[in-house]
Amino acid sequence: MSSLKERMALIEAQAARMGKETYHQTGRKATTPRMQYQQECSKVVTLEQAITRSGLKDGMTISFHHHFRGGDKVVNLVVDKLAEMGFKNLHLAASSLQDVHKPLIEHIKNGVITKISTSGLRGDLANEISRGLMEEPVIFRSHGGRGSAIAQGDLHIDVAFLGASSCDPLGNACGYSRSENAKSICGSLGYALPDAQYADKVIIVTDDLVHYPNTPNSISERDVDFVVEVDSVGDSSKIASGAIRDTKNPRDILLAQQAAKVIINSGYFKDGFSIQTGSGGASLAAVKFIREEMIKQGIKASFALGGITAHMVKLHEEGLIERLIDVQSFDKVAAMSLKDDSMHKEVSANEYASADEQGSATHYLDMVILSALEVDVNFNVNVLVGSDGIIRGAIGGHPDTAADSALSIIVCPLLRGRIPCVVDEVTTLITPGSTVDVVVTEYGIAVNPLRPEIAERLKAAGLNIVDIHSLKERAEKIIGHAAPLPFGDKVVGVVMNRDGSVLDVIKNIVD
Amino acid sequence: MEMKDAFAGTLESGDILIQISPTEKQGVEIELQSSVAYQFGEQIKKVIRETLDGLGIDKALVRATDKGALDCTIRARVTAAAVRATGKDVWHE
Repeated sequence: MSSLKERMALIEAQAARMGKETYHQTGRKATTPRMQYQQECSKVVTLEQAITRSGLKDGMTISFHHHFRGGDKVVNLVVDKLAEMGFKNLHLAASSLQDVHKPLIEHIKNGVITKISTSGLRGDLANEISRGLMEEPVIFRSHGGRGSAIAQGDLHIDVAFLGASSCDPLGNACGYSRSENAKSICGSLGYALPDAQYADKVIIVTDDLVHYPNTPNSISERDVDFVVEVDSVGDSSKIASGAIRDTKNPRDILLAQQAAKVIINSGYFKDGFSIQTGSGGASLAAVKFIREEMIKQGIKASFALGGITAHMVKLHEEGLIERLIDVQSFDKVAAMSLKDDSMHKEVSANEYASADEQGSATHYLDMVILSALEVDVNFNVNVLVGSDGIIRGAIGGHPDTAADSALSIIVCPLLRGRIPCVVDEVTTLITPGSTVDVVVTEYGIAVNPLRPEIAERLKAAGLNIVDIHSLKERAEKIIGHAAPLPFGDKVVGVVMNRDGSVLDVIKNIVD
Repeated sequence: MEMKDAFAGTLESGDILIQISPTEKQGVEIELQSSVAYQFGEQIKKVIRETLDGLGIDKALVRATDKGALDCTIRARVTAAAVRATGKDVWHE
């Protein structure tokens, strides 16, 4: 018989060998009813307390996601507070910025924000930055590129401020809410997940503080340091309307028909294929034509990827697409589907599109339909800077999906008003031509000479295949000769390639 | 040439709104606002000037608000505005 008392000497000797303490009983266990604990936690503080306790200092990097798109309220709320608290010289690293972030102009002028990293810029903020508002150039990255940069440490985030439509007191957070008090919904929090995982401190900003456990959750309490409740994190109606509205624009419908024909005759339209489309009118209309052909030929897709729309949800619910992989929900229907359907999976930006992540979904993507502001005769694409030299878009997942997919299809009209979309050389290089396979315009389809087999298949299907130079010449003939843009000598933007190399720079525009 | 205020065109994308007014000053004065001013501002002014010149109008104030119209559209809108301003129908001559 060996009692605990008798073994004590052995226990102590063993502990000493292992460099550990021996066990001593400490206090009594907590007996408070756990219902009470489910409603409170020391992580729940005011925004000001969260900022102070996060240890944020001048010169540090703060981050945000853009899942509320034009309805985002978190960036302005937080930066206003940081300005009020006297912070200076901060680096704002958002997954993207929109028209609604115009108040940042004043914060830049006052020295609160002195550096920006983002996927895109729009509106007055983009206009001012294009004209040289900032001393430091804005760093632009694709969504996959941002995920990589955060994971690799190229983009180190000190404090992440992540808006969430529900969060429990411990920090389990979602882009939707299952409570009766739900105020907002954005669906996937894919672009916020690298921030949640890698930022030194993570502050969840929510407009629906629910009881523990807020499961299934997107962001885990393990990654969260503070939880801040506010009136509103975003206006969900500004993500996109819930209803499917098909374009009535005849040019978009023509482009969509042509894009659908390219897909159907590409050689990749087979049972189990995978697809990603954008949210533009032509892209959405193309889904409609592809759907009809899938039904006719009895073909089903294994997954649809990317920004998920109501159109894709419909195909999934009809059984035509097995799974949805969602980095960003483009409308309320998609956001609701993500909440309610377990075959509709949320992915982080890294798992979605990072070049260095072997399992990122773009690597398993057959076809992608993308838009463009400009395509040049070398198939290079620009989706960031307007033909007037002013920043007016976002890189998004454009270069990621173009590079990783088996077939990338750019759909754009030959002209937008007097602006040509097929040009001699793009204003800014975003997606290298070597990754762009097909360009669909209403005046014909150009196939990259690197993909002769695609040109053959499309010709055999009776599609109008043309040389991309002839498209450029046709555009020039209609619009006349454009005068050169009045660029200055200041670099206002740097375009990072998805592998972390520098792809291009954007110069300022001088009026 | 006798002239009153007149306009033609719209503010739709791909169109141009032309407003013609009488003026005391000699020559054609053009105030242009254009979404493609950097690349096509001078070309647009040239087309407006040439179109008015062809209609025998050498004295007018033209306010043009352009939304990326092509030259043919600009000529049509300027001609229509000029006909309305002068009352002189150029299409029946």
